[in-house]
Amino acid sequence: MDRRTFIKISSCSAAGYCLLRDGKVLAGDDGVAPARYYEKLPYRKIKCTLCPRECVIDDLERGYCGVRENRGGTYYTLVHGNPCSAHIDPIEKKPLFHFLPGTLAFSIATVGCNVFCKFCQNWQISQARPEQVKSMKMSPEKVAKVAVERNCPSVAYTYTEPVVFTEYMYDTARACRDRNIKSVMISNGYIQKEPMKDLCTVLNAVKIDLKAFTRRFYKELVAGELKPVLDTLILLRQQNMWTEIVYLIIPGQNDDPGELEKLSKWIVEELGPDTPLHFSRFYPQYRLKNLPATPISTLETARKIALDNGLKYVYIGNVPGHAAENTYCPSCQRLLVKRTGYRIIENAIQNNRCSYCSATIAGVW
Amino acid sequence: MRRRAFFKSLIGATSSFGMVRHGYGGKKEALIPTSVASGAPFSRVVLATERGLSHGIRPVAEERIGNLLARSIETLFEENADTVWRRLFHPEDVVGLKVNCLAGKGLSTRLELVNAVCEALLQAGIKKHRIIIWDRADRDLERAGYSIERRKNRVQCFGTNKAGYTSRIYEHGYVGSQLSRIVTDYCSAIINLPVLKDHGIVGLSVGLKNFFGAINNPNKYHDNAGDPYVADVNMLTPIRSKTRLTICDAITPQYEGGPPYMPQWTWPMNSLLVSTDMVAMDQVGWDIVEEKRRENKFSSLAGAGREPVYINTAADAEHELGTNNSAKINVLKV
Repeated sequence: MDRRTFIKISSCSAAGYCLLRDGKVLAGDDGVAPARYYEKLPYRKIKCTLCPRECVIDDLERGYCGVRENRGGTYYTLVHGNPCSAHIDPIEKKPLFHFLPGTLAFSIATVGCNVFCKFCQNWQISQARPEQVKSMKMSPEKVAKVAVERNCPSVAYTYTEPVVFTEYMYDTARACRDRNIKSVMISNGYIQKEPMKDLCTVLNAVKIDLKAFTRRFYKELVAGELKPVLDTLILLRQQNMWTEIVYLIIPGQNDDPGELEKLSKWIVEELGPDTPLHFSRFYPQYRLKNLPATPISTLETARKIALDNGLKYVYIGNVPGHAAENTYCPSCQRLLVKRTGYRIIENAIQNNRCSYCSATIAGVW
Repeated sequence: MRRRAFFKSLIGATSSFGMVRHGYGGKKEALIPTSVASGAPFSRVVLATERGLSHGIRPVAEERIGNLLARSIETLFEENADTVWRRLFHPEDVVGLKVNCLAGKGLSTRLELVNAVCEALLQAGIKKHRIIIWDRADRDLERAGYSIERRKNRVQCFGTNKAGYTSRIYEHGYVGSQLSRIVTDYCSAIINLPVLKDHGIVGLSVGLKNFFGAINNPNKYHDNAGDPYVADVNMLTPIRSKTRLTICDAITPQYEGGPPYMPQWTWPMNSLLVSTDMVAMDQVGWDIVEEKRRENKFSSLAGAGREPVYINTAADAEHELGTNNSAKINVLKV
């Protein structure tokens, strides 16, 4: 497949850098590999134990994610080594603001997702099944090799939901580690404890999309549950994993000041005040086209609530040029990292410290 | 048939569909009283049985199944079968036969039944290439014994993997899905050809559930025993407006262990269910499966935690896809 064809089929990242020429279009059973995290049940059924859904799956059927299939009582992933998107992005695009700023992340995704957000930005690939989207063949070793060749110090598992391609992510992260490439997971956090703990042995940073702080929102707009996501965040903290949180504010759905205050307090108490929190602007899409974009004033109010409750690093995203894209020293309030979009204009952090007052700035710099 | 040639052949079908909605729709009026959904006092479901029809998964004599189908149609519409087929389908229609093939041989729509339907359509003046036997994927069709066919002047047989899904998202209630282009772009009419079987998550798979095979993301809609998702999928306009008849293969149904084929839980019922009211048919199918489960000392589907309440939802005031009220379902035994 040539580069032009790939751009046509790929739905991610206008700023991204297409790398499909390193892969090829797949067909048939490419990408099929034994799945981890399941239990065998009588009559060729299995129970998936990867995510909190715990799908019980009959022979020849798939789980909620659509990319894991029961074949005769054995469970398989259908997307191992089979990404549908591969780009080189600034790490700021993930967004990870406190992790190797100004570097590039080789970013990959397979199809599939274990939730069903009505506001999904990448639904063409996240809500698809493997046979519905053209993919390429790229082994874990190949991903690591490309990252080295393209001067990317990290590989990001992103765009769709990496939980559903956990085996591929784990194997790739191991291959990357052997080449001194770091791995970052951009996830909804909807995963069980055991697979997350396994991933923590090979990952270097995680960004979690905390989509709201109410059960109602998760039930009605995500088709999921809030508590498992909070449990994952606590687990990541216990595992000393560098973690940043994105909270997409959707007008009238998850922008109640009381909810935002509870959210901020919970983060401070359970994860610590150094946890970066990104309030991101919603734009109407997929099945929520009837709602307006988030007013900037709402994002600013949310940021103020979070700062007032003790969080040190609170950002506003999807609003290019906003002052809250920058990192400020929580001690002397001086500007440390100036950003425009995904670009770093200046960086005054030296050896993990503010170059003005020497306060420690949390992150992986 | 090449893709271009096939689309060319559909130009007539598109205009024919217009006829169905406007001019030809007048002929359809005569068929409406088989369904409460259309305001009739009773919905009619034919339960046609012929002893000794099945011998496990071995082929059934096509002539016998063809005769049983003709008797069913005559009973349902109270008219000569040939006349009914001609009234239901215009020669310029492109008729999609939505089979159910995921479980492979043993618990898929029998090829002999589909052949009998094709024969009836051919007799009604539909050209071979205007009949499309379809399901989600070629692989599923082949596993059930169908041969993929796209040559000119043949009855077509292929999966949505060949046709693709719409770029548009069709929505109703809790469902937002891309539809098989076989439904939206290729066909002007659909005959639903499900199998009567137990389903381990949603309780039962008959007519309504079969259209999960027409959307891109059925895996998203099994929570809560498929309620209200199954009903919502059937509300999507192209499915609702094009489905004219449902013929359920109940020759060797399965009352437990579905949707995969578990021969120990099948039985030789030797029957077809035929109706224009899919909800009524599902209700009749539900009753049949429950009775068989009782006979074999299995708990009810409700007791098993998978009561197919989506059937009730399909009948509610929001959906009005048909009736699940047994007092309003006239089961006509043949």
